[in-house]
Amino acid sequence: MTLEANISGSIRRRLTLQLLGIAAVLAALLFVMVMTYAKQVAEESQDNILSASATSILDSAAIQSGEVTVDIPYSALSMLGNVSDDRVFYRVMADGKYLTGYESLPDAYTAKGRENHRFITSHYLGESIRMVSATRRLSNASGPVEVTVSVAQTLKRQRETLERISTNAAYLGFGFFIAAAVLGVLTAQSAVRPVQTLANSVSRRGPQDLRAVQAPVPGEMAPLVVALNRFMARLKKSLTRSEEFIAEAAHRIRTPLAVLRTQAEIALRRVERPENRAALKEMIRAIDESSRAAGQLLDHAMVSFRTDHLEVKEINLLELADETLERLRPLAEMQDKTLSLHGEELPSIKGDAILIQNALSNILDNAIKYAPQGEDVKITVTHEDKWVVLSVYDQGPGFAPEDIEKLTERFSRGKNAEDTVGSGLGLTIAEEVTQAHGGHLKLSNRTNVRGACVSFYFPQS
Amino acid sequence: MRFLLVEDNAKLATSIAERLTLDGHVVDHAAEISTAEDFISTADYDMILLDIMLPDGDGRDFLNEHRGRQDDTPVIVLTARSEVSDRVGVLDLGADDYITKPFDFSELEARCRAVMRRKSGGVTNAKRFGDLVFDSLAGTLKIGSKTVSLRNKELRLLEIFFSAPDVIFSKTKLVDRLFSYDEDVSENAIEVYVARLRRHISSSSVQIITVRGLGYRLSLT
Repeated sequence: MTLEANISGSIRRRLTLQLLGIAAVLAALLFVMVMTYAKQVAEESQDNILSASATSILDSAAIQSGEVTVDIPYSALSMLGNVSDDRVFYRVMADGKYLTGYESLPDAYTAKGRENHRFITSHYLGESIRMVSATRRLSNASGPVEVTVSVAQTLKRQRETLERISTNAAYLGFGFFIAAAVLGVLTAQSAVRPVQTLANSVSRRGPQDLRAVQAPVPGEMAPLVVALNRFMARLKKSLTRSEEFIAEAAHRIRTPLAVLRTQAEIALRRVERPENRAALKEMIRAIDESSRAAGQLLDHAMVSFRTDHLEVKEINLLELADETLERLRPLAEMQDKTLSLHGEELPSIKGDAILIQNALSNILDNAIKYAPQGEDVKITVTHEDKWVVLSVYDQGPGFAPEDIEKLTERFSRGKNAEDTVGSGLGLTIAEEVTQAHGGHLKLSNRTNVRGACVSFYFPQS
Repeated sequence: MRFLLVEDNAKLATSIAERLTLDGHVVDHAAEISTAEDFISTADYDMILLDIMLPDGDGRDFLNEHRGRQDDTPVIVLTARSEVSDRVGVLDLGADDYITKPFDFSELEARCRAVMRRKSGGVTNAKRFGDLVFDSLAGTLKIGSKTVSLRNKELRLLEIFFSAPDVIFSKTKLVDRLFSYDEDVSENAIEVYVARLRRHISSSSVQIITVRGLGYRLSLT
């Protein structure tokens, strides 16, 4: 089973990139708009001055003794050239004939204009110019004369202004982009936050926790959560069903096994031949192994079920250990093994007494089983930081160091246990019980003396 | 000991009864609660072995009524379910102990003894042989006025010899009585316990005699 998700893209990255793209387009648009507007304003103001200049020249045109005369006012040209070093050109023509100024200025007849002012952008003497041509009709004795005044100015200053504006507009666009990008990243983060919250709340759960997700989620995620909840409900149902099945199966196996075992014991009493006795003993051991396995499966099914619905009460671990010990004492005495309990009054813990008792008796059962004839099993209840620790020490062969890691897995048995009856669920049960209580199980070998130590760590309440 | 076995599975009941008889116990078998009640009203038992699921009711109801009658006979519940919650339930209802099917008869015997020791409340049940005074229930042995402390297996061995002084017990028989079958012991292990027991009673008028090829017996010197 692979635990890695099949990842295709990231919502946050995609959202961030899209927001960055939008910000870039908007920034470019802003730049273009500012530039267009600035250019328009610059041109308009230049055009207005050119117009005014042309008009004032035109106004000075008059007919004197049948000839068109133009007295160019100083202001007409000074209003154009007073700030920049732009060059100014002019030309006056009457009825298409050149009168004065720069004769080779381009014609502006084709350009569009307002009223009788026509504008054109062109080149003259190697420089870009903006030019206006204005026309006025003068009355002469011989008929009307059409006087056309053209005024042109180079575009150097306008270009400079536009360049300055363009630099500023670029800064503005860039600043806008940065601000939008930061906001975009924040937005993307806040948009995926509910997903992370959900993921955290699901991954923080204990292994047996299959309750529906109750945490509030945004509407868009509701279908996912509903699907998740349905899936967990299905999983839980199938788990419950298989646990019930195991319990029922174990239950049904036990009664016939009891008949079988009793009959085997009776037969053993009646046969004398050593090989028959050995065979019958083998049979009894096999029956014991099956019934222990059935018992532990039952215990495990019960533990799995109860960890979902912990019946939490204040527990005095010392009293609980004492009760469990009393119950197992006849079993230990039968094999001349002593069970002893040491411990002082400790802070109570919160937990499910039945579960803890079950876990402890499974471990004690192991300890009694593995301890050599005539030796002792010691239980201590101590206090370590914020933990209340219950330890079971035996004098058996101990754990093989390479086994310690995997011994709590289901059906795993140590290398040292090959000839002792058991199914290997005892440690699993104990570990699941301690984990359900927010604690952990620690396996170790005793220092200085032979034997194993199993410690239950429960958080104190 | 006299047992009342309340168990509805006929095969299991027959086997248990037969097995207990082999150890010299007397067993009456009732398949239903009503039969069990008839038995109780007519005879005294040392121990009641009670199944939980019975055809005419729940063993727990029987327990309840039994305790209501102020009857002091100890009850050990036989359960097929090993759930601790079930076991705790029967203990709360007044059962003295419980044992899970299938069970080891040495474990049953050990539990019976523990229950009876608790219940006897100091009433002595001592037997005498020579200058030995032995109370198997309390687990005490006195030589004259001197108390000797014995471990469980030694007590059990002495109990077997005490049950029939001067009778020869084979090693096989002793192993069968003394060890549960999942303990991997050879018959020679008996020699170890016999030797220890001999050491404990060496100052008394009683001794364990080896009968070559046959076994051991307890005799006066």
